[in-house]
Amino acid sequence: MIALHVNGKKYNVDVPGDMPLLWVLRDHLKLTGTKYACGTGECGSCTVHVDGEARRSCVTQVAEVKGKKITTIEGLPDNHPVKQAWIKEQAPQCGYCQPGVIMQVAALISKDKKPDADSIIAAMDDVICRCGAYPRIKRGIKAALEIAKKEGKRA
Amino acid sequence: MKPIARRDFLRGSLAVTGLTIAASVTPFGYSILNASEKGKEAAAGFEPNVWIQITPDDLVTVLLPNSEMGQGVRTSLPMIVADELEADWNRVRVKQAPGASQFKNPLLDNQITVASASVRGFYEPLRVAGASGRIMLVAAAAQTWNVPEGECEASKGVVEHKKSGRKLTYGKLCRKAAQLPLPKDPALKKEAQFRYIGKSMPRLDIPEKVSGKAVFGLDVQVPDMLYASIARPHAYGAKPTSFDQKAAEAVKGVRKVIPTPENIIVCADNPDAAWKGRAALKVQWGPGSHPDLNDESIEKHFIEGLDKPAAVVVKTGDASKALSEAAKKVTATYYVPFVAHATMEPMNCTAHVKDDRCDVWAPTQAQLIAKMVASQVSGLPAEKVHIHTTYLGCGLGRRATPDFVAQAVAASKAAGKPVKVVWSREDDIKYDFYRGATCQRIEAGLDSKGQVAGWSHKVSCSSILKFLRPQAIKDGVDMYSLWGIFDAPGAPTLSRTAYEIPNWHVEQYLSDLPIPCNPWRAVQNGPNAFIMECFVDELAHAAGKDPVEFRMPLLADSKRAQRALQTVAEKAGWGKPMPKGKGRGIAQHTCFGTYTAQVADISVDEKDGKIKVDKIVAAVDCGPVVNPDPLIAQIEGGIILALSTALMEQVRFANGGAKSASFDDYRVIRMSEVPEIEVHVIKSTDKIGGIGELGVPALAPAVANALFNATGARVRRIPLTPKVVMEAIKTKGA
Repeated sequence: MIALHVNGKKYNVDVPGDMPLLWVLRDHLKLTGTKYACGTGECGSCTVHVDGEARRSCVTQVAEVKGKKITTIEGLPDNHPVKQAWIKEQAPQCGYCQPGVIMQVAALISKDKKPDADSIIAAMDDVICRCGAYPRIKRGIKAALEIAKKEGKRA
Repeated sequence: MKPIARRDFLRGSLAVTGLTIAASVTPFGYSILNASEKGKEAAAGFEPNVWIQITPDDLVTVLLPNSEMGQGVRTSLPMIVADELEADWNRVRVKQAPGASQFKNPLLDNQITVASASVRGFYEPLRVAGASGRIMLVAAAAQTWNVPEGECEASKGVVEHKKSGRKLTYGKLCRKAAQLPLPKDPALKKEAQFRYIGKSMPRLDIPEKVSGKAVFGLDVQVPDMLYASIARPHAYGAKPTSFDQKAAEAVKGVRKVIPTPENIIVCADNPDAAWKGRAALKVQWGPGSHPDLNDESIEKHFIEGLDKPAAVVVKTGDASKALSEAAKKVTATYYVPFVAHATMEPMNCTAHVKDDRCDVWAPTQAQLIAKMVASQVSGLPAEKVHIHTTYLGCGLGRRATPDFVAQAVAASKAAGKPVKVVWSREDDIKYDFYRGATCQRIEAGLDSKGQVAGWSHKVSCSSILKFLRPQAIKDGVDMYSLWGIFDAPGAPTLSRTAYEIPNWHVEQYLSDLPIPCNPWRAVQNGPNAFIMECFVDELAHAAGKDPVEFRMPLLADSKRAQRALQTVAEKAGWGKPMPKGKGRGIAQHTCFGTYTAQVADISVDEKDGKIKVDKIVAAVDCGPVVNPDPLIAQIEGGIILALSTALMEQVRFANGGAKSASFDDYRVIRMSEVPEIEVHVIKSTDKIGGIGELGVPALAPAVANALFNATGARVRRIPLTPKVVMEAIKTKGA
């Protein structure tokens, strides 16, 4: 049994310790918002937060995150600045990669409140969106920063 | 989590108490009928295709026949209905339609989301259906109040009698309206009266895609479900010679190993165990049908195809005579390799085969093809097969091919349980049905005025239809592989070049390689536009003319194509000289009823051959626009995807099969490589065209033409990798 702390809830899961966190979230906890797309950490669709840091859950063994605070897309509040911004800017197309993208952006703007355009691109260049929603992801990040600034907290 | 309750809405959808409007596909188009007439119409051979339900709770429900894959169809089609119906948008609900022949797109005569045909196929039928509903609701109100219909007006879900100020909602009127005859030739709104059409409406699917609640194929949960991974060979045609079934069965979580003559299915409790079990099989494979297949042999094969006997597709005038008499001749050979779809959601499908029914939950673009295949594999009649369409994590054409559906149905049948087949990323790239490769040699002659006098074109290419519908190859011609050059007259794909070419000769040789091919966003309009538009640029240069000026007379038969080209030229500031190290290129393309042109501004580093695309300006004329913001998003996305193929994408092959197998060795575009994009939608009241695929075709040639403009080096292939660009710079003029 591995004790997990996900979205504020505690779980005990009976899985091999080397199972990727992704599959534990999706198939044992039924949190299917976190997506499988590459399985090798190359695209970012599976990004979650582990103790506030963006992590690729497809290459994170579940034993590594025992007892740590895990947040998935479902655990990010609906009024979170990034979620608000994504709706405002109509960022997703097919939307499959977006939960991971949103989690990565949420982690980014919680650390850097005023990233410039170049550092946003540098921070997001390990993400793949096959629909090519990149221009709107960029706009979404800008909008999220503005919303977060206005709210003066969170993010 | 509860299994998705798609069956519930199927049950509910037709048992409606209220007004239900249907449209029927007939051999001559469509007609609208009231559902109460449906019984007798069905007997007469009519089949309803689009349903609008208005219920006493004041809800308007639109059944969506198409697959939502990011193009916004879940919003745009209901907008069309709601507008003509004068529905209150806040009371409009959308239900995914089941896979059934009544949901066919009248333009394609199939329930399939391809060919940028959703809005252009349903625009008129849905407007007529909506208007019919509105007229019947107004009539119902007029009868209720015993006043002339002309004194009543519908607005946002309410009919009002202006003189008396009396009002009734659609919910209150729907039962009465359902008893009324359908209006003949209902008057449609004028553009100025549109309430929703033409205004950017937020997409209805976005909130659940942001919250993480949207259900894609991979997210489907069916109680007691197993996950299946399939061991398949590296080389095309290879069969398993040995494998360790016991080792696979010993992996924790593996439930069943099912060997078949072609592959081995491993069923397990979760995907991780299914993949571990597959690895434990340590399958030994035979050599396959083409053991020596690799990148070099493939390219050689297509080049050799140029000199093989071929089918004549176009023979207008006398090309050889025109060429022999031409003042100047230009000959060039182009090559475009295989590229992968690499949708973010890898292929997957969930099926449950029981004795008397088969349920399929699939991210599919083609419900009726999925249904047919599931029926064949399960052995059940089609009416016992139920297709439940999920959201699609990208479609790109890949999801119209039903291989993954067949696998899931076969696995469920063999396992006796619901099974979700999951492809790894490696599976998804290696076992893709790729965008076909093509090699083309064009010889064109210019007359003394520098105008095209003759054109001889040989196409040596993959066949798409060979893998899709071999019976559709007519007289040795695969039309799908020619789109962008030529298309069958009257075909709804409208993919013949907009150029009027005198003395035009086109031949096609179809490759017999085993590499499976499939439509890929814009189908071969992509590769063929690259070749056509780069070659036309070569001709303009040879004629000593500006590329825009040179194209205009060739486009004389298409005012819309001319206008798109003119618009993009104006918006991009065409004609201004570029600074050193920078180049500007232009291209136009017409397909699926829409006219596009793009200008690319690029920077080239002549020391290392690296291209940076700085800006793309696009002009699009698709006629009436339904939802402008997602339309622009589609064009942006198409441009970015096409840029990925123009700069970096190429599937690599070795030892008889695909070598590319991950985002590490199959590079795709990322944020730092995305240029500034400006999309200009031309205001047009002409016939409606498609949008989903229209960002793709003009991009690659615009970029390659910009490279020529910057360096004087003509690159006749994509991807424009630094190596390819450096070679062209070194050998330019040679």
